[in-house]
Amino acid sequence: MVVVNSSTSPKFSLDKMLTSKRAVYIFPIITAIVVFVLWEVIVRVFGIAEFVLPAPSAIFAEIPQWGGPVLKNAWTTLFTTLVGFGIALVMGVLMGFAIGYSKLASLTLYPLLIGFNTIPKVALVPLMSIWFGIGAVPAVITAFLLAVFPIAVNVASGLATVESEMQDVLVALGANRFEIFQKVGLPHTMPYLFASLKVAISQAFIGSVIAETVASDGGIGYVILSASSNFNVSLAFLALLALAVMGVALYSIFVMLEKRFVHWV
Amino acid sequence: MVEHVSRQVSPQVTTPTALEFRDVGLTYDVSGSPMPVIENVSFKISQSYFVSVVGPSGCGKTSLLRMISGLNPVKQGTVYFHGEPINKPLQSVGIAFQNPVLLPWRNTINNVLLPLEIVPAHKKKLKSQKARYIASAQELLSTVGLKDFQTYYPWQLSGGMKQRASLCRALIHNPEILLLDEPFGALDAFTREEMWEMLQRLWVRSQCTSVLVTHDLREAIFLSDTVYVMGQRPSQIVYTLKVDLPRPRTLDMCFTPEFQRMYSELRQYIQRN
Repeated sequence: MVVVNSSTSPKFSLDKMLTSKRAVYIFPIITAIVVFVLWEVIVRVFGIAEFVLPAPSAIFAEIPQWGGPVLKNAWTTLFTTLVGFGIALVMGVLMGFAIGYSKLASLTLYPLLIGFNTIPKVALVPLMSIWFGIGAVPAVITAFLLAVFPIAVNVASGLATVESEMQDVLVALGANRFEIFQKVGLPHTMPYLFASLKVAISQAFIGSVIAETVASDGGIGYVILSASSNFNVSLAFLALLALAVMGVALYSIFVMLEKRFVHWV
Repeated sequence: MVEHVSRQVSPQVTTPTALEFRDVGLTYDVSGSPMPVIENVSFKISQSYFVSVVGPSGCGKTSLLRMISGLNPVKQGTVYFHGEPINKPLQSVGIAFQNPVLLPWRNTINNVLLPLEIVPAHKKKLKSQKARYIASAQELLSTVGLKDFQTYYPWQLSGGMKQRASLCRALIHNPEILLLDEPFGALDAFTREEMWEMLQRLWVRSQCTSVLVTHDLREAIFLSDTVYVMGQRPSQIVYTLKVDLPRPRTLDMCFTPEFQRMYSELRQYIQRN
């Protein structure tokens, strides 16, 4: 009998790599490297001026001089973002529960929330700088405003989509409303909550940076604005990169938390 | 099981009535005009008996079950449980639906233990006697062949396995009444027949009064002591079939002339109405 052992011979397999554990690190890193290389090549081949689009090499060349200040301001942005996001998490969950459980809240709070979400937050920042002055407060509030909506809406729809038979099983045993919430409503909502957190954290970053470009004397948004006004486009890009790295890092943290807490999805 | 066989021999008068429907009706309000669904349904179910309700879809079978469980209020007539009118959820009820509705975030054993976290009599003791409760859940799971699947999550189980776990959940708190709303409706024919035998075992073991709503006439005959046939809307009970087949019943019995006779009898009544 002839045994065909071609499958056992070492051979590059994309499918195998995609499903391996390290794939979640390897592929994003490869992507980043490819993007930077392409970028570098395009800038050099077409001879694009640095103040129009700096090459990655030019951006990284700013690190010795500006790495420290960018890091310091990144820290400011991270802080305001997380504070705004934290408030949005608490308020969003509370509003979501209210909307999901109370007909009154869903008829009053929900339209208000949707109406408010339609307002571009960038239009509110100048107003906030009048009310709260320049600094961290407008950034925290803008981060909160952008992050709260997806959280509230997702939590509300999580509660609204609990199968009625699942509740019937508990009601027939004499469970009270709190027990039904604790055993069914809350866990059922968790996947919805985590899905919204991944969106909300990016939104919170956007909120902070918007506010910093208008009403702040620190943070990544401020760095971008002042670097551009000094025609130091490479520095502006360095700040943008720092922002993107923070965004990816926090997103990854939420993905890990999600895997841990909503393992059944 | 011996106990059970002897119970079959003794006449019904000696067993107390567990459930009684007296002049029960149900009317839906369809955009302002009343539509009667059930009219004047009266029957008694003796304790530890297995009863099925069959009938065309939309005849209110499920509503009858939900009235017993207390999930739906009884507005016309009365449903009695041991002589007391039912007006709120009874805690001594176990329910299984066509959809097994296991909680996806709990593994099999924790799904089965769920009722014990709710029913007050067990809730208090759950912490101090956890090991005993887990042991009884494990025993129940091994009766239905899920011994090795305790730590599996619902998405890792087949349809039949989920339904078996759902039945275990319905029985873990030793309910006096077991309500089954087409529990095997979504399963394939082979699995369904396996489930009949398994359900019979569980019922013999638990001795609880059981009410099964089904579309499957063979299922009804196989499992029941009495089969009630409901007619078209507004429905009443149009026929009552006493099934005298000895227990434990086997799938082979489905091919006996006696079984076939009962089957065609039921069919006639379903079609005539």
